[in-house]
Amino acid sequence: MRVYADNAATTYMSDVAKEKFIECLDKYNGNPNSLHSDGQRTQEVLDEARETVAKCINAAKANEIYFTSGGSEADNQALISAARGLKNKGKKHLITSNIEHHAILHTMAKLEKEGFEVTYLKPQKNGIVDVKDVEDAIREDTALVSIMFANNEMGAIQPIPEIGALCKSKGVLFHTDAVQAAAHLPIDVQAMNIDMLSMSGHKFHGPKGIGVLYARNGIRLINIIEGGAQERGKRAGTINVPAIASMAVALKDGCDHMEENMAKVSKLRDRLIEGLKDIPYSQLNGDPVKRLPGNVNFSFEGVEGESLLLHLDMYGIECSSGSACTSESLDPSHVLTGMGVPVEAAHGSLRFSFDVENTEEEVDYIIEKVHSVVQRYRDLSPYWEDLVNGKREHCIPE
Amino acid sequence: MSLYTDKVMDHFENPRNVGVIEDADGVGEVGNPLCGDIMKMYLKIEDDVITDVKFKTFGCGSAIATSSMATELIKGKTLDEALELTNKAVVDALDGLPARKIHCSVLAEDAIKAAMVDYYERSGREMPESLVGFEPHED
Repeated sequence: MRVYADNAATTYMSDVAKEKFIECLDKYNGNPNSLHSDGQRTQEVLDEARETVAKCINAAKANEIYFTSGGSEADNQALISAARGLKNKGKKHLITSNIEHHAILHTMAKLEKEGFEVTYLKPQKNGIVDVKDVEDAIREDTALVSIMFANNEMGAIQPIPEIGALCKSKGVLFHTDAVQAAAHLPIDVQAMNIDMLSMSGHKFHGPKGIGVLYARNGIRLINIIEGGAQERGKRAGTINVPAIASMAVALKDGCDHMEENMAKVSKLRDRLIEGLKDIPYSQLNGDPVKRLPGNVNFSFEGVEGESLLLHLDMYGIECSSGSACTSESLDPSHVLTGMGVPVEAAHGSLRFSFDVENTEEEVDYIIEKVHSVVQRYRDLSPYWEDLVNGKREHCIPE
Repeated sequence: MSLYTDKVMDHFENPRNVGVIEDADGVGEVGNPLCGDIMKMYLKIEDDVITDVKFKTFGCGSAIATSSMATELIKGKTLDEALELTNKAVVDALDGLPARKIHCSVLAEDAIKAAMVDYYERSGREMPESLVGFEPHED
């Protein structure tokens, strides 16, 4: 059996998205900046996509939607625009969390080198940032708060409406990286007081290499890519209309079926959580309830995540791990350690991320194989032996 | 190309010499849980020959594969021959490792050396010069 359970890494393109992509290649291949008929026909498709995206997140106007190369570019542009744009108004402070995507964290680090001060909030044990901590961190010179909508690794959903309201009352810009949330959770940028928001097409069955930056009118964006006057002069480069149109229909598809998808996928999620929690010395990472519908992240003590992942892959199960050995660095997941999961437990973590295509049968197969693989590598582990013999202390309760 | 060679995957899937030797003549353990890998090697030595070797490893696929291959390379060898084992020999025997996994092979070499140091200390025999003051690498 082959089970794809890594939808947080990337999703397959849906049929509607593929059809739209090909339709554009066939019929709307013009450059929307061209004044001839082909160009103008393509411009109409682009306009329609922009309208669609705006509606899906309830943006007030379609011109608040900027198409980018993906979530990372959108994150970069949002932070850089807020920071550099407000610098001459004496704002030099930024607030984020230590569990953000590296597109946020590395951009923040760059801004620190430029002289900005950054506060990195640590979430509570359940992976959720405390709104009170955000409030306490806001200063006179705070330019921006950037907190992700939902975490990509352990799925915790952040208190976005509350942070939005807080930022509005304090006159601070609010950006959210909604890469994992778009098309999966309800988003209303107006009701939630979101000033800027990032998303990425391939996380919701659209194509790769395309994303969105929503920026409320009145926010002056600073270009990351200079050149032509595309995207209201804020993002140069010939517009990738097939990808944009395809992403827009994928987003709409997700939003149109959101309620039923959430119900179905969260049932799979809870079935897996239920099936794994009887493994002794294991723990679910991230809030059990306020979490992405498809996300399951578990730590198993005494074993290392990459070996589990590789062995599951032999069984046809595709997932991911927060262990150091699956990263380019020698450190385990900054998200798990950032929320207080012990380093040892972060090494032994697995993430499964489902979508509507997954089935209960697949979940049961995963449960069976995870039990056997964890046992296999515990039997092989001198660390586990020490835990059993009491030579080392458990960091996860039985 | 996949991350690991067929040989690495073979030793990962079917690791050789897994287990413990209750009456081992030398035991070595290197690594720690914070770094995400621990290797423990058990040696049985008769007349200067490694007659049996077993290991247990907590770690990633390449940590398991390098432990397994290292035990294969020293089994039946004399102590002097085993002392010549380098991490590079382990890597070569596995048809290579990704650059960021080379430290796993260093760990395997260290685990064997640590077990040999333990053997010389327990037996009271004179330690070969190359093992005097042996310290495992920082992970």
